[in-house]
Amino acid sequence: MTGSLVPATRDSLALLLLAMADDEFVIGWSDSEWTGIAPLLEEDVAMSSLAQDELGHAKALYELLAELEAEAGSADAGSADADAIAYDRPPEGHYHARLLDHAPTDWAATMARRFLYETADAVRLEALADSAWRPLAELVAKLRREERYHLLHVSTWLERLAFRDGEPRRRLLAALDDLGPDASTVLAPLPNELALEMAGIVARPSRDLEARWRAAIGPTFERLRLPMPPPLADATGARSDHSDAFRRLWADATSVRASDPAATW
Amino acid sequence: MVTATRPAEGAVRAALAKVSDPEIPAISILDLGIVRTVEVADDRIRVELLPTFVGCPALEVIRDSVRERLAEVAPGTEADVVFTFAEPWTTDRISAAGREALRASGLGPPVPSNDAPTLIALEPAAPCPYCGSHRTVLENAFGPTACRSIHYCTSCRQPFEQIKTV
Repeated sequence: MTGSLVPATRDSLALLLLAMADDEFVIGWSDSEWTGIAPLLEEDVAMSSLAQDELGHAKALYELLAELEAEAGSADAGSADADAIAYDRPPEGHYHARLLDHAPTDWAATMARRFLYETADAVRLEALADSAWRPLAELVAKLRREERYHLLHVSTWLERLAFRDGEPRRRLLAALDDLGPDASTVLAPLPNELALEMAGIVARPSRDLEARWRAAIGPTFERLRLPMPPPLADATGARSDHSDAFRRLWADATSVRASDPAATW
Repeated sequence: MVTATRPAEGAVRAALAKVSDPEIPAISILDLGIVRTVEVADDRIRVELLPTFVGCPALEVIRDSVRERLAEVAPGTEADVVFTFAEPWTTDRISAAGREALRASGLGPPVPSNDAPTLIALEPAAPCPYCGSHRTVLENAFGPTACRSIHYCTSCRQPFEQIKTV
C-alpha cells in the first residue's frame, strides 16, 4: 500500500491523516455533548447522529494512519492501533485545527463552528477525491456521501439563525466574531505539504484550498449579511497550543480508557 | 475432527442470505448490496463487505454473523471476512426485492441517489411505506441510526423512517 512512498512523503501523509482524524474526533466528541440537552428533540437526534458519523470518520482515518505506520515498520509506532492513536496521546500531542479548540458556549456558536468547519472540510475532501494514495481516495469517496447531509443540516441552521433578528442573530454574530479569526486554521498549510502535492496525494496546496473555501461560502455570507472570516493572521500554532477547553474535552474523552487501559470491549 | 471440503459457491451465498444488518433486519446483506465479492477456494473463503456508513456500529456484528454462517456451511474452512471502501456502498445497491421487503416492513426504501441532494430534492420523493402517498414531509434527515431519516405522512398521519439515500 505504501510501497512507492518515500519517507518524507509518508511523514507528510501521516500528518495529513492525523490532522483530518483529530478534527473529526474533536467536532464529533463536542457534538455528542448536545445529546439529551439540544434545544429541540429533533436536534437531539440529529446531533447524536452527526456525532456518531464524525467519530466513525475519525476512527476510519486513525485506522488508515495505523496501517501506514505499521507498513512503514516505524519502531516508535509499535503496535499503535486506532484506539491507541485516538486516546493515548497527551493533549499537546493532538493535531486538530485551532477552530476546534473553541468550546461552543451556546447553540448558535455550535452551528457557526459546524458551518465554518464543514464547509472547509468539504473543500479539503474535494482535493483528495482523486488522491494517488488509493486508500485515502476510497475512504474520501465514502465520507463525502455522508458529509453532504451534514452540510445540509448546518446550512439550514445558519439561515434560521441569521434571518431571525434579535437574540438568534445577535448570538450568531457574536459566535462568528469569536470563531472567525481561527476559521482558516482548518486549511492552514501543513509542514512539507509540497511533498503531498508532488506525489499526487493532494490535488492542490492549502493556499488554493482556502481561496476555494472563501469562494464557496462568500455568496452565503453575503446573502445572510454576515461578516466573512478574516484571513488567518498567523498560521503558527494552527494545530498546536491547545486551549483549556480542549484539555477538558480530552480529559472527558480519555477517561473511560484511562480507567482500565487493558480492558477489551 | 472436521475435514475441510470445498463448499459450493451457491451454498456460501445461501449462507450469506441468512445474515442481516441488525439495524435493517427485514432484508439480507445480499439484498442490502453490501456483499461486494465472494471467493471460494479449496482451503478458504473470502468475502468482501462494503460498510453502509463509515461509523456504523453494526459492522462487527455483521462480520461475526457472516463468520458463524460460513462456519456452518464450510466447517473447518478458513473464512476471511473483510470490510473495504474499494467502492462506496450506495443505497442504489439495494435490490428490487430488498426495496419491497423494506417497504412491507414499514421502512421506506431509499430514493435514487444523485450527486447533490438538497432538502427540496429529498422531501417530496419519499412515498409513505404504509399508504403509498407522496404527501410526506421530511421531519429529520438524521434518525435513530446513521442509515435512517425520519418522515411523516400527512395522508395517513403515520410517522415513518426511511433508508437514507447515500
